[in-house]
Amino acid sequence: MRLYLTEGNPHCLKVVAAVELTGSRCELQFVGVEERVVPFLAHSKLPCLQLDNGNYLFSTNAICQYLFTLRGKEPSDLTNQWLEWEGTELQTALSGALYMAVVQGKREEAAGALQKKCAYIDQSLMKRSCPFLAADAITVADIVLWGALYPLLSDSTFLPGDLKALRSWFERVCAVAACRKAVESILKGKGLQALKPYLQKQPAPSQRAETPASNEPEGGESADRVLTEEEIGAAAESWSKGLSAWPKPKPIEHPVLPQPNEKNVLITSALPYVNNVPHLGNIIGCVLSADVFARFCRLRNWTTLFVCGTDEYGTATETKALEEGLSPQQICDKYHAVHAHIYQWFGISFDHFGRTTTQRQTEISQDIFRRLLDRDFLLQDTVEQLRCESCQKFLADRFVEGTCPFCNYEEARGDQCDKCGKLINATELKSPQCKICKGTPVVKSSKHLFLDLPKLEARLVKWLEDSMVSGNWTPNARFIARSWIRDGLKPRCITRDLKWGIPVPLEEFKDKVFYVWFDAPIGYLSITANYTDQWERWWKNPEQVQLYNFMAKDNVPFHSVVFPCSLLGAEDNYTLVNHLIATEYLNYEDGKFSKSRGVGVFGDMAKETGIPADIWRFYLLFIRPEGQDSSFSWSDLLLKNNSELLNNLGNFINRAGMFVCKFFEGRVPEMELNDDDKRLLAQATWELRQYLQLLEKVRIRDALKCILNISRHGNQYIQANEPWKRIKGTDADRQRAGTVTGVAVNMACLLSIMLQPYMPSVSASIQEQLLAPPQCNVLTEEFVCILPSGHQIGAVSPLFQKLETDQIESWRKRFGGQQPDEGSANQSKTEAKPAAETKAAVAEDAGKDADPQRAKQLAEEVTKQGEVVRELKAQKAEKAVIGAAVTKLLELKKQLVLAEGKTPEAPAQKGKKKK
Amino acid sequence: MVEKMLLELLSLEKSLGLKKTNKYSTQGDKVPVLQTNNGPSLIGLTTIAAHLVKEAQQKQLLGSTAEEKAIVQQWLEYRVTQIDGHRGKDETRIILKDLNQYLEDKVYLAGDNFTLADILVYYGLHPIMTQLSVQEKEKYVNVSRWFNHIQHYPGIRQHLPSVVVLKNRLYTSGH
Repeated sequence: MRLYLTEGNPHCLKVVAAVELTGSRCELQFVGVEERVVPFLAHSKLPCLQLDNGNYLFSTNAICQYLFTLRGKEPSDLTNQWLEWEGTELQTALSGALYMAVVQGKREEAAGALQKKCAYIDQSLMKRSCPFLAADAITVADIVLWGALYPLLSDSTFLPGDLKALRSWFERVCAVAACRKAVESILKGKGLQALKPYLQKQPAPSQRAETPASNEPEGGESADRVLTEEEIGAAAESWSKGLSAWPKPKPIEHPVLPQPNEKNVLITSALPYVNNVPHLGNIIGCVLSADVFARFCRLRNWTTLFVCGTDEYGTATETKALEEGLSPQQICDKYHAVHAHIYQWFGISFDHFGRTTTQRQTEISQDIFRRLLDRDFLLQDTVEQLRCESCQKFLADRFVEGTCPFCNYEEARGDQCDKCGKLINATELKSPQCKICKGTPVVKSSKHLFLDLPKLEARLVKWLEDSMVSGNWTPNARFIARSWIRDGLKPRCITRDLKWGIPVPLEEFKDKVFYVWFDAPIGYLSITANYTDQWERWWKNPEQVQLYNFMAKDNVPFHSVVFPCSLLGAEDNYTLVNHLIATEYLNYEDGKFSKSRGVGVFGDMAKETGIPADIWRFYLLFIRPEGQDSSFSWSDLLLKNNSELLNNLGNFINRAGMFVCKFFEGRVPEMELNDDDKRLLAQATWELRQYLQLLEKVRIRDALKCILNISRHGNQYIQANEPWKRIKGTDADRQRAGTVTGVAVNMACLLSIMLQPYMPSVSASIQEQLLAPPQCNVLTEEFVCILPSGHQIGAVSPLFQKLETDQIESWRKRFGGQQPDEGSANQSKTEAKPAAETKAAVAEDAGKDADPQRAKQLAEEVTKQGEVVRELKAQKAEKAVIGAAVTKLLELKKQLVLAEGKTPEAPAQKGKKKK
Repeated sequence: MVEKMLLELLSLEKSLGLKKTNKYSTQGDKVPVLQTNNGPSLIGLTTIAAHLVKEAQQKQLLGSTAEEKAIVQQWLEYRVTQIDGHRGKDETRIILKDLNQYLEDKVYLAGDNFTLADILVYYGLHPIMTQLSVQEKEKYVNVSRWFNHIQHYPGIRQHLPSVVVLKNRLYTSGH
């Protein structure tokens, strides 16, 4: 036999390991990547095995199995299943992950792409509690999966620590001599990088295979679960207890302080930098996510403190101040107010929204600094820097311009060249220029202080491992923290030659201030200190307090490595982060938000659209970039508003209330529960418990689905029982109508509580309409009858408004970063005009706006919606429901025509009659 | 996609003469799952198919020698990764070209014996073959010959419509 291989080809690992393990007599021959060995295949396929009779095997898994079969080890159902899974599922994810990690250098995305597959193997191993995948001894399945995974998992950052079963299996197989030999012969001690030349020659795997930037939740709508009799019985019993068994909501008295023997939750949201207006991505990334969680904790009666504030010191503020001709403090005052106003509009429930330019901030930062100094965790070193003699100051990178040393671009900045994109040290610039006075700065050396991270590394690693095991860190946070440790920690400069900052309290350094990264996270402490004198009960109390940090993923290194090192080194029993919740990025219509290009919706503009804050909250939370990037899309916002809020949630709550008003004079009727009702209660209880579990793990987006599932069940329930017909029937029918109405209106009340973290104003208006007792605002694991029969409800009105396509389209244009003159031309077009002219204008617009990508997406949506309509018709659903679905379909079709750049044809009505 | 696979498995059961009807479900709307009476369920088309063959005591369909077994496994894998995973006309053409070359000197995929590989690759190719023009079927003459042979193999075609393959060439070999 002769085995053909290529160096650095990941598929070769498993076959070589199989040759070694089975002791097969086989000649190994290395050939070039492109070499065609198998005569009947048009493209190179390696590795491949030439048999003694001249035939070829070209499938790596079949080769491995063949070698095992020759040794009498026949395949079993289980080994077959692993091999099939490897070929179909794992390889798709893996080829993408390897490409991202090795060729594109996107290690984190690579880990994300592989995460689910790793978890699947881990679970299978745990379920069988065997040391190997298919048996107690090693089989072909272990070799095949090990070989596939080795290139990535051998780098410990890709092997999540919480997947213990996977980790020990992997280490077990790695220790097998045959596997070690295979690694040596294919990777030649170069690890992952050995694959680069090979992978670069491969076509880029289609990314959509594993990680589509989808806004749809995983798993989709939960299928109808099978409920046990016990569950149904228990749900009915809880229901009958009513509010008497309900805990009272804990009143909030400021200052909120941790209580012994209670759950004390301290929540921070990353401090937004003061000199910019936050965009929707910033808002969902930290403050809004943290707000949902804080509201949830309060509903669970946990002692909760939620703090945030603006981060105000640093060069960027100084620059902005120069631009606007104000003092740094004036700039901070101005933008702090802008931030505070935006968050207030979004309904963010901070207990305190502070800022970092306070006396407290100076005191606490200097205290931590002194403690680090006393404990010998700071180093001194000289740094070469540019100094402008006429301005009498050292120039921060942003204050210098000059000629790029790499490409000779004349307006390179002090830290980076905008033309060639290379990073620059300001001292390397040719003919540097001070941006303030245009003078020529000179190179001077300046003394600086460094935090000795390497000295703190051992403590940090121990703390990190503990925190990650006991706490709830999002996978990206775990990954980023581990990569930093793996790449090795270096001392980090904590001082700057600036004026706008906290002075370094040492005579020798009196002209210097702290680097913002050093003091910004201390802002959490000082902001709390400005809220209460007893701030140390929160921040020096790790035994009683659980600390949650919310942020976007770019902030993870500071919160997981650098800041904890400061606090660990200060040795003052600080509360360190237990749960680090990092989101991925939110894109805008498949691009990036950009203030300078005017692309995207920024905090202050959201209000101008006239869409209520709660709708923004709902949509942003619905697409929260949990686990992968997601994107804001106007047409999706319209769709989600009209389908999920208007037709599902709003429709259910409104109907439940209307039936009480219309048929029972506004009083909740008598309820006699039958088995169907009890089943519904059990279903709602199950969703409620899911919701609690998910939110406890801060899976905010997934938990929102539970709310929508309950109202979906509710709609089906009303549909199936038709109280509007039964109310006109016999006594028994009328009784039934009463029960259904009573159960439905109580479900609406439950929904109002569950909805509160997401949509606080909508929640309040539901409770106002239902006149729900304020003491119902607690979340427990039970669904009880909150509104007993005889309870009087108030006036009922619709909760949501329909969003129209033309409205949405005009916003899409307005926030799309187009040229201003074009924008205003469009605006004048949309003004009232005779019908004929409008049509012409639309046609003109249409041609210009042809957008193939959007058209493709819309075409898919049209197909989907078409299926929905057919389904509804087949099930003989209520006319109104079908009507709404048809309207949506027609709307989508209209959009599609526009996106294809065609003129909309005959009015929708005709099309409808044809059917 | 998964519905097609379930139909294939039901047809395979009939072809194999299996009497008792197995219970099937699906995983993630793309992979078939077999609920077995004794032991955990089996996941994946080729895994389940191989299991059914063993259940029907027709192990020869999985190959008789070590080499034949490996070749059968190889084409089963080819079916679920290449044929099912193909995207667009170009990849279809490569599949047909490779198979045509491979089948030039063979009666069946594993050589001289009819195996499970023939059955599953036949099912997998069916939608592609129905799309081909007469001219294309002539171009991939070995695939067409093999395909026609398998669809007339007793008890195999089951739920699928027959694909017409002309025996006399219409186009001269110049094309």
